[in-house]
Amino acid sequence: MPLPYYVSPEQMMQDKAEYAKKGIAKGRSIVAMEYDRGILLIADNPSSLSKISEIYDRIAFSGAGRYSEFENLRKSGIRHADMKGYLYSRDDVNAKALVNAYSQALGTVFSQEMKPLEVEILVVSVGFSAGENEIYRISFDGSIFDEKRFTVIGGKSETILTYLKNRSGTSAASSNREASEFSEGLPSLSGAILVCVEALEEGNHQKLNHTLLEVAVLDWGQTGRVFKRLSAAELEQHLKR
Amino acid sequence: MQFQDLGLGSSFHLLLQSQHPGFFSPPLRAGNGMEPALQVPHGTTVLALLYDGGVIVAGDRMATEGYSVSERRIEKVHAVDDSSVMAIAGAAGPCMEMIRLFRVELEHYEKIEGVMLSMEGKAAKLAAMIKGNLPMAMQGLIVMPIYAGFDKKRNACRIYKYDVAGGQYEETEYHSIGSGGKDARGALKKIFKKGLSREAAIDVAIEALYDASEADIATGGPDLIRGIFPTVKVIDRNGVVSLADDAVKIKLNQLMTRLGG
Repeated sequence: MPLPYYVSPEQMMQDKAEYAKKGIAKGRSIVAMEYDRGILLIADNPSSLSKISEIYDRIAFSGAGRYSEFENLRKSGIRHADMKGYLYSRDDVNAKALVNAYSQALGTVFSQEMKPLEVEILVVSVGFSAGENEIYRISFDGSIFDEKRFTVIGGKSETILTYLKNRSGTSAASSNREASEFSEGLPSLSGAILVCVEALEEGNHQKLNHTLLEVAVLDWGQTGRVFKRLSAAELEQHLKR
Repeated sequence: MQFQDLGLGSSFHLLLQSQHPGFFSPPLRAGNGMEPALQVPHGTTVLALLYDGGVIVAGDRMATEGYSVSERRIEKVHAVDDSSVMAIAGAAGPCMEMIRLFRVELEHYEKIEGVMLSMEGKAAKLAAMIKGNLPMAMQGLIVMPIYAGFDKKRNACRIYKYDVAGGQYEETEYHSIGSGGKDARGALKKIFKKGLSREAAIDVAIEALYDASEADIATGGPDLIRGIFPTVKVIDRNGVVSLADDAVKIKLNQLMTRLGG
């Protein structure tokens, strides 16, 4: 009887991680950024299948990587949130519980299944003031990163993130000249959109067709369901300023 | 907490049924002596009428338990999304529950599918939920809605009425239900005209409700001392607007003057 091949757990995890990372990097990027009235999400998304979605009153979701996989996670998130909101109250639905559930789901698949999920997801939520914004990035293995100001998932995320860090002056390498624009306080919506679009263009090494961007915001100043998609016309308005 | 992937599609109602079956209480068994004693808040008049460009949905504010008033300020007309409202008659508890559930159902569908249900789709979904309530209705816990809203596809407002078994019927002029529903319908039959203006239609709704409150003991009239006025909601292509109490009061005063000669 032939012996089964032995693969060390370290090797197996490494292979899985590499596989997942490769899948995620193939796609296009999504940027989340805090602005003075909430959180902005921009996806470079030429298809009509959306990558950004509403989850609940003040929570939004975005996924990068394999569409079918993050779409399932998105639906599970909506089910989780709606169920909790119905059984308790709308105020009891929060991003943290949702993020934990996502982390569990992704972590379990990563450690137990042959194929890890090739996704990276974002869960963002706004409170009732600028200080209550939450941005969580959850990677393919279920690790949660609590982000501040801005973050990027999918595609050339590293390049874009470095660009944004330079622009915001949070990187040690950035010069003083570059550090000026949005290092102090949060940018306006137009300002944030402009920076994000430029960052996405930097990642793609080419100008982007603005009609192919998927843009949505969570505005903490509103009540009820605060998720709002920006139309191409509205986006153009912001980019003109 | 972990996700359960149930492949349930886009219905919250079905999701709730599968995950929390106890939420939908089974019907009481016959012969356990519960039925005759069962008294739940009842008695209502709610109505809907079409006008040129929209629909008015209005209702009184009183809930009764047998011969006593259990609630003076109950809201029987509720917006369920940004283009439709549901007016209810029946047992208050299950009615409120169904409104809450229907609201989440529509929002859930919209979020999962990325588009809103059509007006027809929403009306049909409500019919299915009422049908599901049939065992409860047999025990006296009736939920009976009027559903009205703006149909974006047809570019017109529509009114749907239902029966206890989930039957769904469209009304092309007006409808009214509840213990005072018949009285309000009588009034509407005389004063409703096709193609009313918005203001005239509000007057008609208020007058019909007033008539019903005079003829039906379980329908509350306007309470000037406590400042309780009927709910009036106006739906058109721009969405749902609730009339402020002051506006309803002015209309009521005009009606009183007119009736008083």
